[in-house]
Amino acid sequence: MTDSKILNIPQQGDLGVDLLQSRVPDGPLADKWTNHKNNIRLVNPANKRLIDVIVVGTGLAGSSAAASLAEMGYNVHAFCFQDSPRRAHSIAAQGGINAAKNYQNDGDSVYRLFYDTVKGGDYRSREANVHRLAEVSRSIIDQCVAQGVPFAREYGGLLDNRSFGGVQVSRTFYAKGQTGQQLLLGAYSALSRQISKGKVKMYNRHEMMEIVVVDGKARGIIAKNLVTGEVERHSAHAVVLASGGYGNVFFLSTNAMGSNVSAAWKAHKKGAYMANPCFTQIHPTCIPVSGHYQSKLTLMSESLRNDGRIWVPAKSEDAEAVRKGTLKPVDIAEEDRDYYLERRYPAFGNLVPRDVASRAAKERCDEGYGVNETGEAVYLDYASAFERYGKTEANVLGLENPSDEKIRELGKAVVKAKYGNLFDMYRQITDDNPYETPMKIYPAVHYTMGGLWVDYNLMTTVPGLYAAGEANFSDHGANRLGASALMQGLADGYFVLPYTIGDYLADDIRTGPIPNDSPEFMKAEAEVKDVLERLINNKGSLPVDDFHRRLGRIMWENCGMARNGQDLSKAIEEISALRKEFYENVRVPGTLDGYNPELDKAARVADLLELGELMCKDALVREESCGGHFREEHQTEEGEALRRDEEFTFVSAWEYKGEPKDAVLHREELEYENIELKQRSYK
Amino acid sequence: MDLTLKVWRQDGPTEKGRLDTHQLSGVTGDMSFLEMMDVLNDNIIREGGDPVVFDHDCREGICGMCSMFINGQAHGPGRGVTTCQLHMRSFKDGDTITIEPWRATAFPVVKDLTVDRGAFDRVIQAGGYVSVNTSGETLDANTIPIAKADADEAFNAATCIGCGACVATCKNASAMLFVSAKVSQFALLPQGQPERKRRVTRMVDQMDKEGFGNCTNTGACSVECPKGIDLTNIARMNRDYLNASIKGE
Amino acid sequence: MSSSGILKSSIAKKYVMALTGLFLCLFLVGHLLGNLQLFIPGEEGQTAFNQYALFMTTFPAVKVLSYLTYGSVLFHLVDGIVLTVQNRRARPVSYAVEKGSSNSGWSSRNMALLGTIVLVFIVTHMQNFWWKMHFSEMPTQTVDGVVLKDLYTVVLNYFNPLVNSFAFAAVLLYVSGMVALGFHLWHGFASGFQSLGIRHAKYTIWIEMVGKGFAVLVPLAFAAIPLYLFITQG
Repeated sequence: MTDSKILNIPQQGDLGVDLLQSRVPDGPLADKWTNHKNNIRLVNPANKRLIDVIVVGTGLAGSSAAASLAEMGYNVHAFCFQDSPRRAHSIAAQGGINAAKNYQNDGDSVYRLFYDTVKGGDYRSREANVHRLAEVSRSIIDQCVAQGVPFAREYGGLLDNRSFGGVQVSRTFYAKGQTGQQLLLGAYSALSRQISKGKVKMYNRHEMMEIVVVDGKARGIIAKNLVTGEVERHSAHAVVLASGGYGNVFFLSTNAMGSNVSAAWKAHKKGAYMANPCFTQIHPTCIPVSGHYQSKLTLMSESLRNDGRIWVPAKSEDAEAVRKGTLKPVDIAEEDRDYYLERRYPAFGNLVPRDVASRAAKERCDEGYGVNETGEAVYLDYASAFERYGKTEANVLGLENPSDEKIRELGKAVVKAKYGNLFDMYRQITDDNPYETPMKIYPAVHYTMGGLWVDYNLMTTVPGLYAAGEANFSDHGANRLGASALMQGLADGYFVLPYTIGDYLADDIRTGPIPNDSPEFMKAEAEVKDVLERLINNKGSLPVDDFHRRLGRIMWENCGMARNGQDLSKAIEEISALRKEFYENVRVPGTLDGYNPELDKAARVADLLELGELMCKDALVREESCGGHFREEHQTEEGEALRRDEEFTFVSAWEYKGEPKDAVLHREELEYENIELKQRSYK
Repeated sequence: MDLTLKVWRQDGPTEKGRLDTHQLSGVTGDMSFLEMMDVLNDNIIREGGDPVVFDHDCREGICGMCSMFINGQAHGPGRGVTTCQLHMRSFKDGDTITIEPWRATAFPVVKDLTVDRGAFDRVIQAGGYVSVNTSGETLDANTIPIAKADADEAFNAATCIGCGACVATCKNASAMLFVSAKVSQFALLPQGQPERKRRVTRMVDQMDKEGFGNCTNTGACSVECPKGIDLTNIARMNRDYLNASIKGE
Repeated sequence: MSSSGILKSSIAKKYVMALTGLFLCLFLVGHLLGNLQLFIPGEEGQTAFNQYALFMTTFPAVKVLSYLTYGSVLFHLVDGIVLTVQNRRARPVSYAVEKGSSNSGWSSRNMALLGTIVLVFIVTHMQNFWWKMHFSEMPTQTVDGVVLKDLYTVVLNYFNPLVNSFAFAAVLLYVSGMVALGFHLWHGFASGFQSLGIRHAKYTIWIEMVGKGFAVLVPLAFAAIPLYLFITQG
């Protein structure tokens, strides 16, 4: 049982003291966005020139928002911590981007994409937002093609699609295994165009250190020039955070090394509520951990599940032999293999949503069927795909009675054309040849559905502070479907935020430039300098990574794929203690001046050490299983997630009150007017 | 395995640099090159020293941030990989590894192994885009069919990660492979045609202004390119530039 | 046109290198065909060669071509120097360890060095024959009443160890000049096409093969002349 007294958690009856206003427009679901766009206030072009907007982060959401806002006429100041906006971690997205185009004529529609996304999110997302996302998804593809994004095409010259987990249509547009790269470079090119016009002032190698709130409104940021070490004050009429997700709280994740929560966390501490922080996506197909020095995990695109089959040995003695290296997977007979996803979920098989696939892998490995030295890996096997594609190819080529060898060879060529770069990457990292032996995969932290709470306009609870892309909580509920993150990032940045922000900025046309030397700015700057000084002057003995690793272990073990009240309570205490130790014993080399990545890392880890605690608290309070959040206390007899819709059909939005564990819960009730809540079934 | 590392240390763009020697033991073949560097830095910090500064981010070979010149080669031995994907199994026990930053006038050293590749951004800003507003009110994506071969070739050019290995490798520090990849991507697509001539002239002009060297067709860039960008792109840019020069923008 | 002017741009310099270089390849073919007459012994060869030499120095169209050749050499040289200087400036601090052999051919990395050797050769070569032909006393040969400058004999004697005590050194210089030229062409021929944007999946392989054949055969044939004269007359 949870120790709610100690943790000052509101009791069930207390949940709902304060209901958040999502500002969803009235009217039928399908008309809400159109009507809203027609009714919100606009800022005329002459006035837009008088207004400054800060955009933090240059991934899909940030780049597209900055480019669009600049195009509309606002003066945009864009910030990224990388050496170029093109390197934001959206670049690493592999599989694809969803859009309800129905080019494949398989019955897809805006409604189906909407429905699949809400269902995939296990009914914990806001209907109106998701429907809007599905609506604008179509424009994204048009826009990107117009920008010269080289999506994969068929021989007829038209766009190709592939299918992804959790859906029964083919609606994913892709560019080999580098869709995120191509989309980001598209947004980056739009951004570059505005930089060349002087409409965007780009600040590379700058990290946002603090939000500045003046008279209750977000009016700027404190940023650190990472190269010179200088702390700078930047003012604007509104601030957009598109700073990505916080999966790095687990230390090992598929995120980039620099990905962090700091921008969002600083906003949280300045009054922005953090929503559903415990909703983390653990991606089922990553390359397993190989050693303690490991710095990050590499994803193998979910698209591999299209054609690959996932299995473990059916006999535990075989699994043991495989772990010892005395048995090779290819030597295990077909009847001795357990294709557990196909067994458990015949309707969706290997294409169940990510949360389901990940848990199923963990279940098998926990039972002792794991296939690498650590016991934490399952097979992703392409042997049958080689055969299937090979036969088709042999037919196409008109070969009569081709040998099995020939069929496999032809099949491998087809697979190489589709997934060659992923296979190469696997081989590069593991030194195993995936064309000859099944790949080993295991789930890893990949994406965070939680984030800053935003209303329908993407505004946080701090007026004038917006959040877009993975940084907000909005569209994916408790689990994100594959190929939807890219869709959401670009939808927010290109097609939603640039319109909705006008409604707020319409009040600012006579405000004039925001001074950056007001007391609020000076105070925020001083606070940032204090934090940095405290870190650099700390004469501890352990490197930052030491603490980060330990935080990651606590999070993975207690707030990972399966959680329970007891572990979560324990984790909250452990994180709190670790944070204390961090400030006592961390060693940050170098000086405040100049380029000092260790100092920057320390500041980020300090924030992650607070966030982790809130995540555990959120997970503790949500006494149900939904999507990526699986509470062991709440499962069906078959071990499937058990949602508790009566009590938990709401968004948890946490208000900062000093210590993370003292955060106060506000809730936004989720109303489903167009979709009937069902227990998800992929059987 | 035990290694001797000779690492370039430089405090700033105008300071003089030097090669420092470090001994490192306990390195395993499954470590990536950057994880080996992490171990080195961990040791340095624990001993109270200043860790080696190097650029890195995604560590899966796509962001283009990592940039080390290892034993005389951009991104080290091996083809088709970035530094982050290079694994220590490519080295042997007892090896000496020399690690240097990208060296080019256009890529000034920021610190140690980190360089400033802002020149690449400015080249893109000079014209590496299609001038279309982001309203979403464009043609339906399937209105203009594009032959698969052209789309695929445009994609191949577009896979450039902007890491700068081409510049680092080229004995002349030329950026032709990078620039031509972007020029080619748009030259191959119908969407890129209206600005084709203007784009190539502006981007080449900016490239020259940045102080990159001239291409002498050694082909080293393409060999060392982690994404295998082809020399055909350079030829295409040469052709397009000539065409633009003769006919005007 | 670009704001900096096409001739200043790096790519325009490549065009100049390529066009002059490829034109000089044509010149090499012409020059070689003429020189092969040195293999013809006796009066027959003497007459043919000397008449050819007269034609080359007096026929107006050939004059134009020869000025084009001088121009090409000059532009190729100046452009090459400018490129080399700029390229040095593009990397002021060189690598402590650089392994160019792992990613590029030796010739391609040493074009400036090879070009310099070829230049030294050209200067000596022109001084030996071109200068004499144009500006100094020459033996003559009279054919059908026409007095010809006897370049044929001058060349033969130059490589004759019995007449010229430095003949061996001369042969050595000519052979090494041709070796340098061969390496220069090994990269330069195909490179010229690449610079002009002439590249295609289908025919580039042929350009490269012809280029390498050219780089071997033409200098070999040139070098064979002094070798042949040295050996047969010695």
